[in-house]
Amino acid sequence: MSKIICSAAIRGAHKIVDMAEEKYEAALKKYGAEQEISYPNTAYFLPVIYSMLGAKVENLGDMKDIFKETRNLLPELVTDNIWIPYLGPTLDAGMATFFAEEMYEAIRYLEAPDFYTKTEDPTSENIWLGAADDLIFRKRGVEFVDGTAPGFAAIVGAPDNPETAAKIALELQEKNLYIFMADKGTNGLLMAEQLVKQKVQVGWNTRLVPFGPTYTAAVFAVGFACRVAMAFGGIKPGDYRGNLIYNKDRTFAFVMAFGAVSDEWYANAAGCINWGFPTISDYDIPEVLPTGVCTYEHVVSNVPHEEFVQKAIEVRGLKVNISKIDIPMSFGPAFEGERIRKDDLYMECGGGRTSGVEVLVSKEMTEVTDGEVILEGKDICDISQGENLPIAILVEVAGREMQSDFEPILERQFHHLINYIQGIMHIGQRNIMWIRIGKAAVEKGFSFKHIGKMLHGKLHQEFGAILDKVQVKIYTIQEKVEEVQELAREVYEKRDLRLGNMTDETEEDFYSCTLCQSFAPSHVCVITPERVGMCGAYNWLDGKASYQINPTGPNQPIAKGTCLDPVLGDFAGINDFVNQASRGAVPEVSCYSLMNNPMTACGCFEAIAAMLPQCNGIMVVNRDYMGETPAGMKFTSLAGMAGGGAQTPGFMGVSKHFMTSKKVFKAEGGLKRIVWLPKILKEEIKEKLIQRCEEMGMPEFYDMIADETVGTTEEEVLAFLKKVGHPALEMETAM
Amino acid sequence: MAISRKGCEGCDGITIPSTKEVLQQDIAKNVITAYDRVKMRGMEACMFGSTGTCCRNCNMGPCQIIDGVDEMIGICGATAETVAARNYARTIAAGTAAHTDHAREMVKGFIETAKGHGPHEIKDVAKLMTMAEVFKIDTEGKDKNQIALEIGEKALADFGSQDDNPVTMLSRAPKKRQELWKRLGVEPRGVDREVVEMMHRTHMGVDQDYKNIMLQASRCALGDGWGSSMLSTELTDIMFGTPKPIRAIVDLACLRKDSVNVAVHGHEPLLAEALCLAANDEEIIKAANKVGAKGVNLVGVCCTGNEILMRRGIPVAAGFIQQEMALATGAVEAMVVDVQCIMQSVQEVADNFHTDIITTNYRAKIDGATHIQFEEETPIESAKEILKKAIGNFKKRGDCFIPDETKQDVVVGFSHETINNMLGGTFRSSYRPLNDNIINGRIRGVAAIVGCDNYKMPDNHHEIIARELIKNDVLVLATGCAATGLGRVGLLTPEAASEAGPGLREVCETVGMPPVLHCGSCVDNSRLLVATSAMVAEGGLGDDISDLPVVGTAPAWMSEKAVAIGQYFVASGTYVIFQNLPLTGSKKFQKFMFDGMDEIYGGRWDIEEDPVKLAHKMIARIDERRAALGIDKQRERVLFDMEMRRDLGTGSGLKDAGCHGPEK
Repeated sequence: MSKIICSAAIRGAHKIVDMAEEKYEAALKKYGAEQEISYPNTAYFLPVIYSMLGAKVENLGDMKDIFKETRNLLPELVTDNIWIPYLGPTLDAGMATFFAEEMYEAIRYLEAPDFYTKTEDPTSENIWLGAADDLIFRKRGVEFVDGTAPGFAAIVGAPDNPETAAKIALELQEKNLYIFMADKGTNGLLMAEQLVKQKVQVGWNTRLVPFGPTYTAAVFAVGFACRVAMAFGGIKPGDYRGNLIYNKDRTFAFVMAFGAVSDEWYANAAGCINWGFPTISDYDIPEVLPTGVCTYEHVVSNVPHEEFVQKAIEVRGLKVNISKIDIPMSFGPAFEGERIRKDDLYMECGGGRTSGVEVLVSKEMTEVTDGEVILEGKDICDISQGENLPIAILVEVAGREMQSDFEPILERQFHHLINYIQGIMHIGQRNIMWIRIGKAAVEKGFSFKHIGKMLHGKLHQEFGAILDKVQVKIYTIQEKVEEVQELAREVYEKRDLRLGNMTDETEEDFYSCTLCQSFAPSHVCVITPERVGMCGAYNWLDGKASYQINPTGPNQPIAKGTCLDPVLGDFAGINDFVNQASRGAVPEVSCYSLMNNPMTACGCFEAIAAMLPQCNGIMVVNRDYMGETPAGMKFTSLAGMAGGGAQTPGFMGVSKHFMTSKKVFKAEGGLKRIVWLPKILKEEIKEKLIQRCEEMGMPEFYDMIADETVGTTEEEVLAFLKKVGHPALEMETAM
Repeated sequence: MAISRKGCEGCDGITIPSTKEVLQQDIAKNVITAYDRVKMRGMEACMFGSTGTCCRNCNMGPCQIIDGVDEMIGICGATAETVAARNYARTIAAGTAAHTDHAREMVKGFIETAKGHGPHEIKDVAKLMTMAEVFKIDTEGKDKNQIALEIGEKALADFGSQDDNPVTMLSRAPKKRQELWKRLGVEPRGVDREVVEMMHRTHMGVDQDYKNIMLQASRCALGDGWGSSMLSTELTDIMFGTPKPIRAIVDLACLRKDSVNVAVHGHEPLLAEALCLAANDEEIIKAANKVGAKGVNLVGVCCTGNEILMRRGIPVAAGFIQQEMALATGAVEAMVVDVQCIMQSVQEVADNFHTDIITTNYRAKIDGATHIQFEEETPIESAKEILKKAIGNFKKRGDCFIPDETKQDVVVGFSHETINNMLGGTFRSSYRPLNDNIINGRIRGVAAIVGCDNYKMPDNHHEIIARELIKNDVLVLATGCAATGLGRVGLLTPEAASEAGPGLREVCETVGMPPVLHCGSCVDNSRLLVATSAMVAEGGLGDDISDLPVVGTAPAWMSEKAVAIGQYFVASGTYVIFQNLPLTGSKKFQKFMFDGMDEIYGGRWDIEEDPVKLAHKMIARIDERRAALGIDKQRERVLFDMEMRRDLGTGSGLKDAGCHGPEK
């Protein structure tokens, strides 16, 4: 019965709060109340505390009030007789546990900065990554929202047997779940180490995340969930109920506990129940089966390892739509980030080692035999390890709804789909593609035909609305590969020409994107041929294709209607649509302006543009740049200004691609208004940017744009602009 | 006139050990109790009176009507159904009047508190804000007292309002129910007006259509439940604190040999709260010490007892049925009373001892008792004066007997807010777990056992009904003297879950709660209206109170208030069953009150004298409701993919997700 669990959880919470407070008192003495304290590179402070209480913990002194609140939440211990109801108090004790652990870990970052690697993957010395920074969080968190990852398993302890550990991890990966690992069990074993023993790749890239070696690191998992709700769910800090329900409904996470359950584990498990995350245990502990706070049972125990994963997702109420692809390797998004390192490599194709090309073309219905996979040339079984082959992957599709415009969209899927195969790594695209085949895949019986089979299956699954037939031809003979390369070159040229000629003026319809409205309810993206979605992932053609595939989906054509102002990019049809789709929150949008009714943002933008008043110009900072900017804020703080579905003149989310569009900041004077970019971004778009500079007759302009080596304050930037004679200084004031 | 006692020959119906023990003592041998009077009267209750067909509304009669005998209708021609309906309606009006006058005092006290007068303060600000929303009061930039004052004034207007707008709190009912009331024209207006109209319409020669009479009776009763009683409960909570689970004790053993025992009896917590504050005052403690007592031991009786029990953990010595027993211990220095349910006999019992009966309300005086007016402007001073009088009696205490063995632990304080919180904690408080476990069948349904106790019946009927219900997985909510009685037999302890059926037991063990929840005094039945509305709002159990597998009973009812309560539950869509009711004298009327009401309100009256059968009738109704909701069958566990998860957030998803039908 659950009295035992609640008693233990409340006891555990007391111990944890005591421990954390002791550490806090000592740190306070040592460093003083003014000592800054934070998790690495995040705008969410201590995320559980920030999301639940709305409180920003920025220095040690801020913890005082939080400890007071934590103590308030901590209930009295459950008595042996005449107990008062303990379920609610236990949940409060669990919350107190997380507050305490989060502060405990923050102090650890202060005292032992190298305790965690703070990276995406383990280093050779240390497998413990610690809390995800915002860069990792953004990249991964969005998968929780778009459904790529249904949730996560927070694992404490480990099975005795490393093979079992690896098997359970694989099963979870196959269900697209993330695995967050912390603490050793009574057997002294750590899940992450058990996996490493089995040569399983751990790290964010394989979704097997070793957070930390102690139970307090479990709070990183919960903090991650809280940030998902705030960043993508539009849940305000302090809206604890909204955050918890959002996670209960959307983030299908659960706790897996291996071995005997300590009071501290119970306290953490109790905390998780607040988020609707139940606990599955392999040990003989009491169960809590009545439903209500979680979707189904709260604690299920004594589950044999063979049924562990199945039971866990059933208890959490998770339906995983796994498209069964009939190949001998595991397949799914969890394997997308897996690397094939030198020691694991069996052979490779393309990537400069051999010739490689992939291309998708549409054909007449009669020209395509659906399901046909042809391999000409040697297969894996015909070669020995280390023997590389040239490769050409030619996919021919046909369908009544198919248009040549969709070819590049379908082709772009190859990269992630091939990566989904466990043991195969795909890099690049088109004629710079590169495939590395791992030994593990070969052991399982990999054949090049499997790539064809997989592409046939997945393209049908995802694009069934526009294509009816798919056939795949794979060549590993040099001359055949060259033939395909020649064909591909023609195709690419035609495509690029078509795209290059397409402008906002030539097309009557733009496309909306409300994919993110499920988490940012008032945000509407308007995608034009010359303005890619700010996430960088959706261009106008994608919108068109998506609409074709799913006519009631998130991408709708918008008849742009009368052009009200060609400079601002005001269109009657766009305004009507945005007003309606944002439910009146955003009545007007100027497509080309930063200062006038700028487009709203959900939070997924690649970069942020901000006005620098002194410089009379615009700076743009990308997500990967972590330093200070002349706006006086880092990217993470700026993200707070630009995101959330509200119009804030002077701040706007943009894609990197938009920087080289002819429509960029047209209302403010276009490209010439740009005064500052981080070096990393400037380098990334260098080629196209210089081309644009030449087109506007100022080839020297590229070098007039300041970067962080020039300065990260407006004064420094202004001095530079004056020195180089930047045109923005001569332009009319933008404010 | 002393009667010789051997054991409890007064009545076979006594099972309460403390009652038995006290009555066996020598010191109690001259005490005459209600049990004795039942016996001494030597006659059955009047048949016409108890079946509802005695009419004394004019001076042509009184007329005793016999249904179906043409010669035996009223002199004015009133039929059995008209007479029964009129009498029933007047009972409801009287019950409503009692709650309303009580509530008015509370609202006035609340207004004084808001003005900063007196010793009390606005304690529960969260609830204040909830009420501000209900009363549509703009709280921007106002301090809590200002908000409270505005609420208080609007609340006071609900009693005497002369326009045709419904009482404010009616808006808390499910939308569908509100629409039904509107359609039927039974939305209560100013509550005083509904009582007056009821009295008028039942005057000779006015409303002579039993169905029409019952429309007004429903409106009047709804004015009690959703008007007066709810105002009283909510504003009292804001002022004195919303009850939270708390440990306490009940039964006569809470009297103390070494202290000045003051029993506070009646209904309005204003007096009791003042006494609580004064009892801890240094001056009073000193005065008590001076006479050789440790202090003042305040104990509750009847519903005042329930009010301070659930807010302060002050023990309840006795329910209605034991008020004389408390005095018969000889250990009570004073019984302080205000209004309602105080038997005149307490003075006669007190005359055997050193005990003072102190009346405190100008409305309620008793011949022979001491009257000390409770001044609302100076409550602490009044309370001190009362306590000093009691302290003065301590030295006069003669032999006394306190049945120490009978002390019973209880866990009480289950307000609507508490239930919310205990099911999900501070951050996830909700009714979801309750609804979920009703849907999945662990909890079969919810039954309210409310109301009085009564010498007509054996004193263990509440217990028999409650045990039968919990054994069958029905969660019991109790108020008033019924709750006290259930506490006395140990059903208000979490350990009592072991007596529940397997499903209910599992839920009780998960939550750590007793299978019978003490929800307050009789005026607090309004909490149950709020709770049922919350269950509807939570979703998965239909869209009106009448869809819920929820039933109620006031088996051993005594006070007219119980009938008013019953009627507001029926009109709110609940099945209500009593052990007897004055309506059996007219077949037509009875049929209407049973089946007719069900057709109109989806709630009905019923009667069953046998307590076990009564419990099973309640269960049958619960099962009927479960079947109508389609939750009587095992359902597939729903697994969610991304699309479905998105829908959950927008409210278009499965409302009752999280359940998979009853356990096999």
